[in-house]
Amino acid sequence: MTAGRYRVVIIGAGIMGLSTAWHLAKRGITDVLVVDRGYLCGGASGRNGGGVRAQFSSESNIRLMRESIEICRTFAAEMKINVWFRQGGYLFLTRTKQRARMLEASAKLQRDCGLETRLLAPREVRDIVPEIDPTGVELASFNPGDGVVFPWPFVWGYAKAAKDLGVEIATFTEVEGFDTNNGRITGVRLVRTRHDAIVAEDRDERTTAAGPGPRVDASRARVIPEGERFVVECDTVLCCAGAWSPSIARMVGIELPNKPHRHEICSTEPLKPWLGPLVADLTDGLYFSQSMRGEIVGGIAVEPVPHGINQRSSAQFLATYARSLVRTVPSMSRVKVLRQWAGCYDLTPDGNPIVGHVDGCENLVMACGFMGHGFMMAPVMGRLLAEHVATDETSELFARWNLRRFREGKLLSESMIIG
Amino acid sequence: MSAKVLLCRCEDVTLAEVEHAIESGQRDIESLKRFTGFGTGWCQGKQCLISCARVLAARVGEFPLAPVTPRPPVHPMPLGMLASLGDAVSVDRLESVGAAGGDHGEGEGER
Repeated sequence: MTAGRYRVVIIGAGIMGLSTAWHLAKRGITDVLVVDRGYLCGGASGRNGGGVRAQFSSESNIRLMRESIEICRTFAAEMKINVWFRQGGYLFLTRTKQRARMLEASAKLQRDCGLETRLLAPREVRDIVPEIDPTGVELASFNPGDGVVFPWPFVWGYAKAAKDLGVEIATFTEVEGFDTNNGRITGVRLVRTRHDAIVAEDRDERTTAAGPGPRVDASRARVIPEGERFVVECDTVLCCAGAWSPSIARMVGIELPNKPHRHEICSTEPLKPWLGPLVADLTDGLYFSQSMRGEIVGGIAVEPVPHGINQRSSAQFLATYARSLVRTVPSMSRVKVLRQWAGCYDLTPDGNPIVGHVDGCENLVMACGFMGHGFMMAPVMGRLLAEHVATDETSELFARWNLRRFREGKLLSESMIIG
Repeated sequence: MSAKVLLCRCEDVTLAEVEHAIESGQRDIESLKRFTGFGTGWCQGKQCLISCARVLAARVGEFPLAPVTPRPPVHPMPLGMLASLGDAVSVDRLESVGAAGGDHGEGEGER
């Protein structure tokens, strides 16, 4: 990839950036470059639980997520990739009276918005998941339309579709800084973070040491060296860097109130299908669902977490998660954990994202602070962000989500956040 | 032929699938793992990682500088046993547990 000029440079090849890139390309804006410091699925887009739900406590989140779920239903057919979407619903549990009252209010709002959410007494929880021990549960809610996807092919689907329309995606390419002039970004300074062999067209069909079949002649592959620096010019920069967004914004002197927050997750051995919904406990942040491969994938809130970006795993998480999960589903006691990993939520002080233009840098558009919901929001946000960048019109939603609300003291709220 | 050679026996990933993944642009070991699913099953890559890394090295002309990030636990562990750890893994003792079990996963901000 060589230095050049693009209409839009998107920072972050996670699902938010790629969904937006695809929507821009569909609108005819194809001179788009998406850069990422690592590989596809290396950040939160490849590390989340794949939950997709419309059970939220604010009307805007409910309505946006209704659209995202609709997109999930048709994604496989449109993008020609299986994302293992399964609408088993979301079952929320609460164990305190205060939380129960909030759940009641959210469920009413959700029904007013057209969802099929219904409240369940503790014993009715077993009609949905017979394996759950409802002892201590105060109230539950269930929306059959919520579901789960396998995150990785969702990312690849957007990446391939965007590339097919002419978008360039440069992985292992990190933003080092910006060239600015009169409060505008004129250039994005990039550096390659890894040697990369570009696969050449010449193929050697002979059987090789590694096995038979076509292979690339390594001596003829073009290598872009690690550490190579270059600058690309652009009209608009869109920051979709998730937990890394504050460090990007700081490069143009803008301080974001977001904080990275490590969130851990683990996966068990595969079991035959028994668990319909994703179960989430709003009291301790436990959640778990069964993937299409049969594994039980889940996490829980653990405090305190290390400061800054940290993707290490902890033994404390496994113990905390196991204790809560075994209490909720005692028969899980003998099931084995195969693997654990971690990613970073991108948290804002008021639980709502930071979206749109920022004061102080005319052509920088932010899309961050999605509170661990960025993956499920991305299908609909991609459409809205592309519209915003293409038309430069600010919707009422984006006006509310603008960074300046923190300066003006117009904070928002969202109580249905897990973990 | 390569369609019948299994590189990852836990997840049934064949040599042909790994070759296809490399051809379609997965040119580093972490991407290759995610794209094919090798190393995500019962053995967590203990048997297949080196074979897949070797195929990748032969195709892109560069051996991966590091293996995929190892994911704890080292061996599958029952949830009941983990649940009984209780305060043995308090926040205070977290670092020492991590140190005893080798590096618990990942470097700061890496992979």
